[in-house]
Amino acid sequence: MPDFGKIYDVAVIGGGNAAMCAAIMARQAGASVIVLEHAPRAFRGGNSRHTRNLRAMHDGPTSVLTESYLEDEYWDDLLRVTGGNTDEKLARMTIRESSRVMPWMMQCGVRFQPSLTGTLSLSRTNAFFLGGGKALVNAYYATAEKLGIVICYDAEVLSLDLDDGFAKSVTISANGFPQTLRAKTFVVSSGGFQGNIDWLKKYWGEAAENFLIRGTPYARGRMLQNLLDQGVQSVGDATQFHSVAIDARSPKFDGGIVTRLDNIPFSIVVNQQAKRFYDEGEDVWPKRYAVWGRIVAQQPGQIAWSIVDQKSEKLFMPSVFPAITANTIRELAGKIGLDADTLEQTVNDYNAAVQPGEFNSQKLDHCHTEGLEPPKTNWARKLDTPPFICYPHRPGITFTYLGVKVDEQARVIMADDKPTANLFASGEIMAGSILGRGYLAGFGMTIGTVFGRIAGQEAAKYARN
Amino acid sequence: MHATEATQAAQRSIDICNACRYCEGYCAVFPAMMLQRAFTTEDMSYLANLCHNCNGCYHACQFSPPHAYGINLPQQFAEVRVESYAEYAWPKVMAVAFARNGRTMLALTAAALAFVLVAVLLLVPNAALFGAQSGAGAFYRLIPWGVMASFAGATLLFSLLALLMAARNFWRDTASPLTRTMSLSALRTALGDAATLRYLGGGHEGGGCNDLDSSFSQTRRKLHHFMMYGFFLCFASTSVATLMDHFLGWEAPYSWYSLPVILGTLGGIGMLIGCVGLIWVKIATDPAPVARRVLGGDYALLLMLALVAKTGLLLLLFRATPAMGVLLAVHLGSVLALFLALPYGKFIHGILRFTALLKAAVEREGRSVVSG
Repeated sequence: MPDFGKIYDVAVIGGGNAAMCAAIMARQAGASVIVLEHAPRAFRGGNSRHTRNLRAMHDGPTSVLTESYLEDEYWDDLLRVTGGNTDEKLARMTIRESSRVMPWMMQCGVRFQPSLTGTLSLSRTNAFFLGGGKALVNAYYATAEKLGIVICYDAEVLSLDLDDGFAKSVTISANGFPQTLRAKTFVVSSGGFQGNIDWLKKYWGEAAENFLIRGTPYARGRMLQNLLDQGVQSVGDATQFHSVAIDARSPKFDGGIVTRLDNIPFSIVVNQQAKRFYDEGEDVWPKRYAVWGRIVAQQPGQIAWSIVDQKSEKLFMPSVFPAITANTIRELAGKIGLDADTLEQTVNDYNAAVQPGEFNSQKLDHCHTEGLEPPKTNWARKLDTPPFICYPHRPGITFTYLGVKVDEQARVIMADDKPTANLFASGEIMAGSILGRGYLAGFGMTIGTVFGRIAGQEAAKYARN
Repeated sequence: MHATEATQAAQRSIDICNACRYCEGYCAVFPAMMLQRAFTTEDMSYLANLCHNCNGCYHACQFSPPHAYGINLPQQFAEVRVESYAEYAWPKVMAVAFARNGRTMLALTAAALAFVLVAVLLLVPNAALFGAQSGAGAFYRLIPWGVMASFAGATLLFSLLALLMAARNFWRDTASPLTRTMSLSALRTALGDAATLRYLGGGHEGGGCNDLDSSFSQTRRKLHHFMMYGFFLCFASTSVATLMDHFLGWEAPYSWYSLPVILGTLGGIGMLIGCVGLIWVKIATDPAPVARRVLGGDYALLLMLALVAKTGLLLLLFRATPAMGVLLAVHLGSVLALFLALPYGKFIHGILRFTALLKAAVEREGRSVVSG
């Protein structure tokens, strides 16, 4: 058991990538460090466990990255996905710093590999972790243990005592026992609140009960709420989250990447009324998959069914759950509990509206419907070849955007724009400052790594003085 | 291959792995998996025999136990592997040897030792057996060359045949449309993969695998090299000695600086280091990805190899003393047991692993031809 009577130089709240980067940097700067991880050891690492790469600026090919990816292009990509909902100063600093983190990560035992098959589009911009995010998390914990960082699992921080911009102590439930821990500085890296259905209900009502949480159940936003309650300045829209339409049969939490479904462009998608409601062929899937979480969330019962026929069976990644198949649309309706007459009508209307064209799954092929509302603008082919193959979809929440505001030293900013003295933040809890909207593959890990390192350094510096 | 609880568990995991694919960089299993969308029991046999049990995918898995998905490929594949050994055993009736392989091997070793010892006691005069022998043909005064050679030759040839038949059964059972065209380059790739234990190397940056826990090391790979190349050196020693005896008329024992003794000594020491080290790794490793059910057979082979190496080295050290007679009998008994055990114990993994590597190399080549 750790010594809760001791006053550590740095107490890190959280146990994911950002937390471990902060802990290791602080320890390497000579500070005594304790890590307070809510999860048990087996589930340590927050959502970093589910990640697989980090977006890194580089001016020439590296062992795992091709060509170059320079600051301005990186910034343009960020500007585009956020629609300007970012902070240029913090963002550019993060981008520049991303070109320097990989050697340090490798020193910490993180191993990289060339981009995975089927992710060629990321081979220039994103460095993949060998084995994925859990292997990265393992490497950081092993390094932390070697450096003598005290790690507490099953340690949920309930509140932080913030007095006039000065953090004094935290109250913890450690293996179920109440504890108070004092420290000279605190780094809060405890993630967003997507694992807290009750909080999501504040904005989404009962619909939130039907949301699935793709990652860790430990991202409950307890520290986020606690800090905002004590006058810390917030960033990001509290009502917004990143979500995708995943297999409705996934576990409530932690189903991970394998629950994704990428068949929507080749399908028609119907709701509980057995009616279509959105253009399934609007754009290529990498540009549309994050839209469908929201779209399905707005449907009655927060559920939808995609239907393809035998022609399209091989065009998408196999799903982890078996497809629901039937030889007629009527039979399929019976299996998924929709009104058979309506579903048949929907399919017939769609088939009648499909125009002839040259189908091509690899690009926008303009195979479309005429006179159908909503239209399908690409990959529209008649559903006429049994068996019909169906998957149910529900919104799967990846992360929330609400966070605390920080400055370039990763110091948490109070509502009156004054920085706190000894409270730092890194990772998802402050990522909304930079990624206020949208999604950029691997950028969450970049923010976590860059700000984790800064927070650890700055906390150690403060503790020494 | 029959569907069993073990193959079904592996199949369920592989369905999840194929939707994730984060482990692609570790070894040959995942690229082989990714060539397919749906899996059969035979595919499980193939992938299980391709798996080198490096534990990389277990420690990197965000879905390993206690996660609800409970993915534990090293453990699930180890169980499928042992079932596949029984499935492909030749002759078929010998499948029974794999049910409780540790005990079977122990009984076999005891029987072989007893057989040789009893035969020697009954047939060799006490004065010869318990007296010091020296000079050319010292061993053969106790056990005639012809008896030694015919026992060793017959058992070894039979075992090699049985191993080849098992490999053939495996190849046929797991054949797929992708494995039609064999090529020399695929054979070269597979030989290289096996000789270097490439897939215990840890992928792109070659940091090794998770021998003991989630940290990376090359320990297990190096120990296996000691054991495997030690075994080959001993085999070379015996072969050279046979040639020297048969064609040159030089009878054993040979001097300390002769080729057979140098090869055998180095090989024996290598095997001992490898076997003891691998036993240590098995004891010290994180038990979570280990299949307890198959450990008996694993330990049995390592102990049998260590026994052959140790008795061989002891025989060398004490060959000029009255202990030589009994040591020779014990050494030959342990060699007899090992030869008989080759196709019916853990040793079979070598030939099936190689066959799986060959199949993987062939399929990769076929794949790159198809996709241009």
